[in-house]
Amino acid sequence: MIPALFTHVPVTTIKEASDALNHYGDDAKLLAGGHSLIPLMKLRLATPGYLIDIARINDLRGIREDKDKLVVGALTTHEQIENSPLIRKYAPIIGAAAKLVGDPQVRNRGTIGGSVAHGDAASDLSVALFGANASFVATGPNGKRVISAVDFFLGFWTTALNQDDVLTEIHIPYAPSTNWSYQKFTIRSQDWAVVSVAVSGSNIILGAMGEIPLRAEKCEQAIASGADFEQAASFADEGTSPSSDIRASADYRRHLAKVLVFDALTEAKKRS
Amino acid sequence: MAIVRIKINGVMQQHDVEDRTLLIHYIRENSRLTGAHIGCDTSNCGACTVLLNGSAVKSCTVLAVQVQDEEVTTVEGLSGDFNGLSPVQEGFRQQHGLQCGYCTPGMVMASTALLRENPKPTEDDIRHALEGNICRCTGYEMIVNSVRWAAENGGGK
Repeated sequence: MIPALFTHVPVTTIKEASDALNHYGDDAKLLAGGHSLIPLMKLRLATPGYLIDIARINDLRGIREDKDKLVVGALTTHEQIENSPLIRKYAPIIGAAAKLVGDPQVRNRGTIGGSVAHGDAASDLSVALFGANASFVATGPNGKRVISAVDFFLGFWTTALNQDDVLTEIHIPYAPSTNWSYQKFTIRSQDWAVVSVAVSGSNIILGAMGEIPLRAEKCEQAIASGADFEQAASFADEGTSPSSDIRASADYRRHLAKVLVFDALTEAKKRS
Repeated sequence: MAIVRIKINGVMQQHDVEDRTLLIHYIRENSRLTGAHIGCDTSNCGACTVLLNGSAVKSCTVLAVQVQDEEVTTVEGLSGDFNGLSPVQEGFRQQHGLQCGYCTPGMVMASTALLRENPKPTEDDIRHALEGNICRCTGYEMIVNSVRWAAENGGGK
């Protein structure tokens, strides 16, 4: 399968990328590792006329410490995150989730920014980042905005990024190296999550249980008011709207969410 | 159209291709190296795996224009002391790691990348490294044995 015709526009600075997005408007998409976008283009589910290739913007690479948080460049690959000592030390849940993205070849090319900007509710990194209270830096023509995870995911494949925004950085507050768990249930080893759960501190976040990653509010409240894990997990599907698709029925997802929340709470406790 | 230069197996290639040309098509059709295969064409099966600057990638999900001036190694770029076969290739021969052979170039490249990074992998390491490569006939036991054989007989050359 070959994508529809497009023009490749390589850029080397964030400003050039933003200008190009402005110039080409709705017909342009950003290209980083391409591991969400290229498959969509091959299936002709996306047919942008211009691909603004940001992969050679060096400012968008790398992981650094900044006071009380890690700053992760949007072009950092899953493989780099998986193997980063800084991630292991300050945000272990993100490393654990990165290790479960696709397969080694995908992790060598796919980027954290691309995964998040794609806005898929089953994205391992989106769910884990939400759990870790991460925020996302969008750089547009009028400067930078920092968007919290709760405001970032808006709907099916839709985020708070505007057409002329470049997702430049992800900020991850230093998270405890204890009391966290990322659970992912797949039919096949390299697949998307049927359901996933991130537990980090008092956060319980569900993946693939609706159009966006969702907070399991009822479970969090139950834990806060002293419920045991089994009771708390029984609320896992409340307020969710899972779909039925080739991987699983909605009912099965509701069941899995409860099982995985229980498993995640149990594993998180073991680490504390 | 774009003039794309890619060093493949140590030889600089230059072809005028459409911007939408996938790396696997550049390798097979422009550079006439047909070792890397197109299997699922959806970045699942791994038959198109090549090394890009030493890392395993699925060349059906990379555009040729994305790797301008970079280095690619295909299965044709491997060589070694076993009648010209690399240790990984010889391992697949010795341990019957293939039947129809369609997935084999991808398996060999993913295994080579693993052994370069981790010369003494455990069975779990091998299985994790080959998660992105699907075989529909041999089964994975003998493929894992092939990689083990290679690890003991020269590694990821």
